[in-house]
Amino acid sequence: MNDVHNEKGTNKSLSLFFKSSFIVSVVIIVISSILLYFTFTFDIVPPILNRGIQPATFPKALLILIIALTLLTYFISLKNPWKNEKKLPNSFYITLLSFFVFITVSKFLDFFLGIALLSIIVSYFWGERRVTYLIMVSIIFPLIVFIFFETILGLRFPPGIITNLYYG
Amino acid sequence: MENLGLIFAPLFSYKLLIVLFFGTIFGLILGVLPGLGPTTGGALILPFTMTLDPLSAIVLLTAIYCAGTYGGAITAILINTPGTPAAAATCLDGYPLAQKGEAGRALGMATVSSVIGGIASVIVLIFFAPLLANLAYEFGQPEYFALAIFGLTMLASIGEGSPIKNLIAGAFGILISTVGKDFMTSIDRFTFGINELTEGIGFIPVVVGLFAISEMLTQSTLINQIFNRVALKAVKLPSIDDYKKTWKTIIRSSGIGSFIGVLPAEGGTVASLIGYAEAKRWSKKPEDFGKGSIEGIAGAEAANNAATGGAMVPTLALGIPGSATTAVILTGLIIHGVRPGPDLFREQPEFLYGIFGSMLIANILFFVLGFFGAKIFARITLVPNKLLWPMIFAVSVCGTYSLNQSIIDVWLMLLFGVIGFFMRRYGFSVVPVIIGLILGELVEGTLRQSLVIFDGNWLMFLQRPIALTFFVLSLIALSFPLIKRKKKK
Repeated sequence: MNDVHNEKGTNKSLSLFFKSSFIVSVVIIVISSILLYFTFTFDIVPPILNRGIQPATFPKALLILIIALTLLTYFISLKNPWKNEKKLPNSFYITLLSFFVFITVSKFLDFFLGIALLSIIVSYFWGERRVTYLIMVSIIFPLIVFIFFETILGLRFPPGIITNLYYG
Repeated sequence: MENLGLIFAPLFSYKLLIVLFFGTIFGLILGVLPGLGPTTGGALILPFTMTLDPLSAIVLLTAIYCAGTYGGAITAILINTPGTPAAAATCLDGYPLAQKGEAGRALGMATVSSVIGGIASVIVLIFFAPLLANLAYEFGQPEYFALAIFGLTMLASIGEGSPIKNLIAGAFGILISTVGKDFMTSIDRFTFGINELTEGIGFIPVVVGLFAISEMLTQSTLINQIFNRVALKAVKLPSIDDYKKTWKTIIRSSGIGSFIGVLPAEGGTVASLIGYAEAKRWSKKPEDFGKGSIEGIAGAEAANNAATGGAMVPTLALGIPGSATTAVILTGLIIHGVRPGPDLFREQPEFLYGIFGSMLIANILFFVLGFFGAKIFARITLVPNKLLWPMIFAVSVCGTYSLNQSIIDVWLMLLFGVIGFFMRRYGFSVVPVIIGLILGELVEGTLRQSLVIFDGNWLMFLQRPIALTFFVLSLIALSFPLIKRKKKK
């Protein structure tokens, strides 16, 4: 898919540390190594109760496999560089930021308010300026979904400043 | 074979017919909307299926699968953007033909070849799934382990993108399945002191995150994209001349799609590409391909819909998903307490044949709805992303929360959305993660139980003929991309 070899747009000319193949490989290897470290902290089953292999053995093997395959991918990328990806636009970062807004608001204030805020941020920064549509997408639609889940599936949403009003 | 009559049972159940009708409409809508599709849609609707009985729930999901796979063709032909990845090959000839003022003819051919491919694959499913299930009676733990490994290696080698990246993604999926209490010893793994993680990471947060949320992030990078839409007057049935040109292609692609579908891989996407390539290879006018060839549309569409029934074969017979959407269907089966495998064929034939019959009806339904309603469904693409995706987010969040009523699940969904976005950006397919997650418990469980049986002797795997066959096939699957690369050179 993205393994476009020796084509226009590949990042052959970039210095080693800025190549996406290098950055991605480092990120995968660092995370895998941290997780591999954690596998050494798993409890060990006494030999008398142990059936087959220790609980840590299988994840360890997987993580070593991931690290080995990542190294292999990286060395292949030296010969066949990955496609140079376009810079991410501001709208991406705003959408990502709205996820954090949602997490914070839904944790400390209200779940429904979190959805409404995210919807209005995303819709506005993706280009919607009409107030009626913004209200529809951030209040009316989430409200319909909320009531639908609450009544049809009998779901109880986490407490919050608005949800508590609904539940009385 | 004595159960064949049960196929017609859904026809006499008004409840199943209603479910089928709504499933087909919903599938078409999902298929038409670029970035959604039957996998994401199926995952979003899973929580709602809890209000239904198991058969109705699975019928709903399979109707979404069949209709969603076809629905992708509508967008591929009219706006040159595949509604689903499986419709990518349809763009190549569908859009040029539509630009020539023959959108109705292109959609007519896509509809007819999709239906024929879909029905042919259900016939394959009806006859082949029980045979495979019978074979599975011979399987013990080592055989299931070898089979799961074979499934993962096939996925890596014939799936989209780099095989090594696919293997990394598959291993990551299996790793996710190890989070929580170890099922054999109850020892915590990767829980980091978070109580909610002791039960493990659920399928829904991962699949909704990897598909819906990562797609939302992808769409955030495309907000200024402009689609060139081709107007559609009405869908036209193919002419006698078109049938003469394409009947061999449709039959060939139906066979290819059904076969590829049975293999554990990205079913429809790979099938449509191979179906298209073979249609071009056998065509008398290969130079017309890419310029609006009717054979090109037939080859791609018959193959991707034929993969639907094929992918259901290993899902129902072995509990090994044949594609990402069948992984969602498999999850649906599990959360409704139905365990796929040979016992299901023996103990609940009415359930299975109900699914087979429903898939047949779904194919006929999307033919009717597609033929008369394509123009309406095409209008759905007019809903702007700036309104559509916030709404999908609301459904994703509530749907993910609803299964376990856990806010941690919602956060995990967002985390996997971000992971999925970067995976796709750097050429890692997210499908192997899903299949790895589904197969993870099977892989680890059967490996550990096999080692108990073998008293820790790994070499004993090689003394089991069926397991050995699967290991040899896995090696062949892994070396296949290398052979392909050498041949290219």
